[in-house]
Amino acid sequence: MAKKKMRTPEEASRDQAAAALLERAYRLEIETSFSRADEIVPCPIGAEGLCCKNCAMGPCRLVGKTDRGVCGATIATVVARNFCRAVAVGAASHSDHGRDLAYTLLGAAEGHAPDYKIRDPFKLLEVAGYLGVKTDGRPLEEVARDVALAALGEFGRVQGELLYVKRAPPKRQEIWRKLGISPRSIDREVVDLLHRTHIGNDQDAEHLLDQAMRCALSDGWGGSMLATDISDILFGTPAPVRSEANLGVLREDQVNIIIHGHEPTLSEMIVAAAQDPELIEYAKSKGAAGINLAGICCTANETLMREGIPLAGNFLQQELAILTGAVEAMVVDVQCIFQGLVPVADQFHTELITTSPKVKITGATHIQFDESRALEIAKEIVRRAIDRFPDRKETFIPEIRSPLVPGFSHEYIDYALGGLYRGSLRPLNDAIIAGRIRGVVANIGCNNARICHDELHRYVVTEFIKNDVLVVETGCGAIASAKQGYMTPETALELAGPGLREVCEAVGIPPVLHLGSCVDNSRILTVLAQMATEGGLGEDIADIPAVGMAPEWMSEKALSIATYCVASGAYVILGGSSGPVSGSETVLQMMSEGWEKKVGGRLEFVEEGEEIVRRALAHIDKKRADLGLAEYDPSKWGMSGDWRIPEILGLPLEERIEAVYGKAGK
Amino acid sequence: MSRYIATRAIRGANGLVAEADALLQEVIAEKGADTPVAFPNTAYYLPVTLGMLGHEVTNLSDLVPVVDHAKKLLHPLPDESLWTPYLGETLDAGMATLLAAEVIEGIRFALGEQPEPYPGLQLAGATQYSGLEDGHLNGPIDDIQLRSWGIQLVDGRMPGFAAIVGAARTNEAAVSIVRELQRRNILTFLCGNVNGRSIIDQLHEEGVEMGYDTYIVPFGRDTISAIYPMGFATRSALTFGGLKPGQWRDILLYNKFRVFAFVLALGEVDDLKYAAAAGAISYGFPTIADTVIPEILPTGVTRYEHVISMPWNEIDAETEEERAAKLVQRAIEVRGVKVKITEVPVPVPYGSAFEGEVVRRADMRIEFGGKYSRAFEYLRMVPMDQVEDGKIEVIGPGIDGVEVGGAMDMGILVEVAGRKMQEDFEPVLERQIHYFVNGASGVQHIGQRDIAWIRISKTAAEKGFNLKHFGEILYARLHADFGAIVDKVQVKIITDPELHAEWLEKARQAYERRNRRLADLTDEAVDTFYSCILCQSFAPTHVCVVSPQRLGLCGAYNWLDCKASYEINPTGPNQPIPKGQCLDPEKGYFTGVNEYAHVASQGTVETVSMYSIMENPMTACGCFECIVMVIPETNGVMVVSREDPSMTPAGMTFSTLAGMAGGGLQTPGIMGVGKFYLTSPRFISADGGFKRVVWMSSFLKQTMAEEFKAVCEREGDPDLMDKIADETVCTDVEGLLQFLEEKGHPALSMPPIF
Repeated sequence: MAKKKMRTPEEASRDQAAAALLERAYRLEIETSFSRADEIVPCPIGAEGLCCKNCAMGPCRLVGKTDRGVCGATIATVVARNFCRAVAVGAASHSDHGRDLAYTLLGAAEGHAPDYKIRDPFKLLEVAGYLGVKTDGRPLEEVARDVALAALGEFGRVQGELLYVKRAPPKRQEIWRKLGISPRSIDREVVDLLHRTHIGNDQDAEHLLDQAMRCALSDGWGGSMLATDISDILFGTPAPVRSEANLGVLREDQVNIIIHGHEPTLSEMIVAAAQDPELIEYAKSKGAAGINLAGICCTANETLMREGIPLAGNFLQQELAILTGAVEAMVVDVQCIFQGLVPVADQFHTELITTSPKVKITGATHIQFDESRALEIAKEIVRRAIDRFPDRKETFIPEIRSPLVPGFSHEYIDYALGGLYRGSLRPLNDAIIAGRIRGVVANIGCNNARICHDELHRYVVTEFIKNDVLVVETGCGAIASAKQGYMTPETALELAGPGLREVCEAVGIPPVLHLGSCVDNSRILTVLAQMATEGGLGEDIADIPAVGMAPEWMSEKALSIATYCVASGAYVILGGSSGPVSGSETVLQMMSEGWEKKVGGRLEFVEEGEEIVRRALAHIDKKRADLGLAEYDPSKWGMSGDWRIPEILGLPLEERIEAVYGKAGK
Repeated sequence: MSRYIATRAIRGANGLVAEADALLQEVIAEKGADTPVAFPNTAYYLPVTLGMLGHEVTNLSDLVPVVDHAKKLLHPLPDESLWTPYLGETLDAGMATLLAAEVIEGIRFALGEQPEPYPGLQLAGATQYSGLEDGHLNGPIDDIQLRSWGIQLVDGRMPGFAAIVGAARTNEAAVSIVRELQRRNILTFLCGNVNGRSIIDQLHEEGVEMGYDTYIVPFGRDTISAIYPMGFATRSALTFGGLKPGQWRDILLYNKFRVFAFVLALGEVDDLKYAAAAGAISYGFPTIADTVIPEILPTGVTRYEHVISMPWNEIDAETEEERAAKLVQRAIEVRGVKVKITEVPVPVPYGSAFEGEVVRRADMRIEFGGKYSRAFEYLRMVPMDQVEDGKIEVIGPGIDGVEVGGAMDMGILVEVAGRKMQEDFEPVLERQIHYFVNGASGVQHIGQRDIAWIRISKTAAEKGFNLKHFGEILYARLHADFGAIVDKVQVKIITDPELHAEWLEKARQAYERRNRRLADLTDEAVDTFYSCILCQSFAPTHVCVVSPQRLGLCGAYNWLDCKASYEINPTGPNQPIPKGQCLDPEKGYFTGVNEYAHVASQGTVETVSMYSIMENPMTACGCFECIVMVIPETNGVMVVSREDPSMTPAGMTFSTLAGMAGGGLQTPGIMGVGKFYLTSPRFISADGGFKRVVWMSSFLKQTMAEEFKAVCEREGDPDLMDKIADETVCTDVEGLLQFLEEKGHPALSMPPIF
């Protein structure tokens, strides 16, 4: 293959550990997504959404003078249709994840998934309330069973609209109902959207995009939200823990198992299995000091948030983790798993194990997960990994890892701001109203091999916190910040603007909060809805000075997330490229000005980091002005905190007694 | 929070909870689990525990679950690096501290160790304890006092309370700070110490009078006694807010939005003080310190800043007094307390907090009225052109000629003019003279009209207070408080014997005229009643309907007051209610009243009877002067006054009954009323009127003897008062029945009340 210009490791990744392993990949001449990205030129027609292959009369490439396909479909129709298909796939992925969790809950409640328990009964009762399940005096198992069935019912709901729609601010619900985009059932909206994209069907771009919003809403306020809720019920609602991030968490002397993918169901069992004394003994019998678990992608985020399992890295580090030569097994479930892992694993002793009934990868070992034997299977997997340990050869683990404090469920955020007795989002709203916090940015989403790994995440996050914008994160964006060390409380003192620092110091939080996996973007929706109803920031999500973004996005799930955020009233920026609808000015208009008129949010594709930050801050300031809030002025803030204390504590006791009254003559 | 404060507060909480736990186990082992535990004169058990947990503590074993709950609220200290969040955890620790502190005080009461003895301290108004005649600190405020302050707390005269913890930099600073608070009518609660020295000691040394009457309540010399202000706050929500025990979130938010309180931490702040302050923050009460501590400026749990540091030496001021003023001013800003101060040009401190001050004979420079001289006060309306605004004349000799401790005749003649002034408002304004004059520190005012009795203390006289200042006070306050109806004010202080006699006679004629007017002022004679929803800031569904023959239940607002108040502020709490159609003249049903009550009570009250206790009685907030309650066995009613702490034939004390009568609920058979309503011909007239009264607190019998005598005559049974029992006769139904039969009380032969 004729080689294109290859990027240096530093050009390919901002992450030092990643760069070090890319160096190793080049040296060992092992292909990775980075090198393939350098080699493969992206299809310029597909990139702009201009290729229609929805029927066998095509594929039609709507370029040059061609402005209609064989069937007569216009550019706008084709571009919108391609976008819709992507949204449908993304929504299907999240929601199907939610469905599987609901089945696990049903199994736990009915006793045929005995390894799963109700870990958060309070959340169960709360969710039961949303789903109209009676709780008074009923045994938890019975409630759990009905919650699971009610949740599963939402996927095929026959009439009305999703029950969770009521969790949105009333004004938002009205907007959806008026527009006719309030989601009716989870599966139906996906099917409806796909149906419309068939040849000769819905051929009005705006009409197509309306259904894209409805489908995405069935993800955000449906499948994803249920996934989050049920995960919390089964595995516990996250609260802050301490952990570490980056490939340096792999242990030279231990059996390293990487869990990768998106669901907590299996990985929670592997966490349990890895603590099994018998297996630890077994690992020792093979010459290892113990068993070390680390995660990649959102499975990592799930176990990080609840168990503090360290992060090995994000999406683009999956192959690199194996390249360390120190990974005995990589256990994967669903979504974002490179087929390219197989050839990399083949070069080492690493066993790649697929587990989901939905995911097999040619060349990988398949051990199908069965919830009725969950722990048993998890133990089998761990045992196989241990068996590989003696085959380990030369390793290279970069000594790079950063500490972090993750675990910010919306429930904990509420608690963090007032304790058991006074928990609420009032202090957050107050801080925004006063201008200590200029606004909120949700920085989420993927990595993309076509742009410098983690660089946009790093850039926007540092800019935002410097400008007193509180950043909340999920997914691979969150892992990027974790690795950069932004998710420590100390970061607030060192890098945040004066107002944000005051708030972070008052609460004891980092300026960049880890809210979980990508289905946990539903937590962001919940927080935004609560902010809108708490008062002082308007009545709707669209009124809040907040922006959502996925600067390094690549997946169809990201498009679904972006779309449901916009449909919920948010301004969303997708970065790194001109985007998949850039082939049609009309569609771009519809998603920006058009959607803003309809639902108050807009979707834009912005390539450069500086421009992303500029637009986000401009939007935040505009929303502040619309609310009549004080203009952002960092010079007013920063007096809070412990800064005077060290000086006083440093004095001898006698002098201290006097010094507490301050400096005389001031 | 800040990590430093979080660390210290959590440490303080852990310590106090452990202390409470150990103490409780020890005392249970020693005294037995069923040893009674109670705060005095309250129906709210241990109030913070009751409010937060809905748990009624009556004995030592009841404290065990409280300590267990407190333990669950504890957390480890934040780490030095990579700390996990601490704000929520610290606030939990604060709540644990309050619960533990209340447990400890409860145990101390059980052991007879509370209130704290303080030999030599005589409080000006306090909860009474036997065996502590040598002097003691106050301990918890009793329900009676809480209720009697109620109306002032709701109408803004008493804007809030300051809980001072520790000791001031100097005695002078202590006095200055407290005076600043008094000047603004802010209740001042004192607790704690710094290295063994308390602000209570400082004020005592400086001769500052403490007690309910001066708005300065010393609770205890340790930080644990800071639980009493929190109990007061909790009870405010229960008493006036209609909230129920266990509605913790609502109780805390009620305090955040309606009870304007703050903590003044004077002197070095230790772990326990940080912990207690964290507890106060959950109530929405910020802390202001006079030392260097970390500030917490972001808002949210409290309305404004959470913690403010104003190091004493860094306050930009020349004198301790100025520093104190600035400190208090900042505290008020931080809490968002609305304080309206009228600057009154007199040479002594001035404010409602001084209203309760007593000038004893020994401390007296001169008195007017009383046994040895005659004093009167008369306010009249005159045409605009006859008033020279601001003119203050002393007609006759001054006080210099009178020997120390002597008396002289004096009359205060206030002449006002205003486009909206009405003759009916004369008595309304005149009655304010009592409060206005009393506000001056060192001046005592008792009575009204021609039985006014005024004393000036030696201290006040030494500072230059003289007759002219009565005029200054009245001029300033009438303009400030009644500017909407009074455009011009002039005051004549009359000591000239001849003129005094002449004006006394004119005044008496006016009093007589007004009496006749009031006698004519019946419910039938007017077509408009007035609402009073002043208390809705505290009791959101309660509505008072004030008619000429039924004054507001707090006793502070009669029909004329409401009318004047409406003139002063047409969008204020007193709105005219057109009577509308009279549906039932006996029971007092009016269409206008029903409609208004429905709307103003947010739909909770549909129908109101003006004259019946048995059918749709009027609701009450919490500041009623008396409770009237049916005693079914006697076919009559009892009347318990707020001041009466004793048991009643209903088997409950006033405090317990108040829980049933208050909160904006209609409960047939029980009603909170103003005491002068007892004398109205319309007093439960639908149910038989005053003759139904079978039992009455002796306090009422004594203080209103004259009025009741007239009522009995009007009712055609001049000896009726002798047939009415009181707590000295009996406190049970059996005893009461026996007494009534002996005396032949008319209620026994009246138609059944049911």
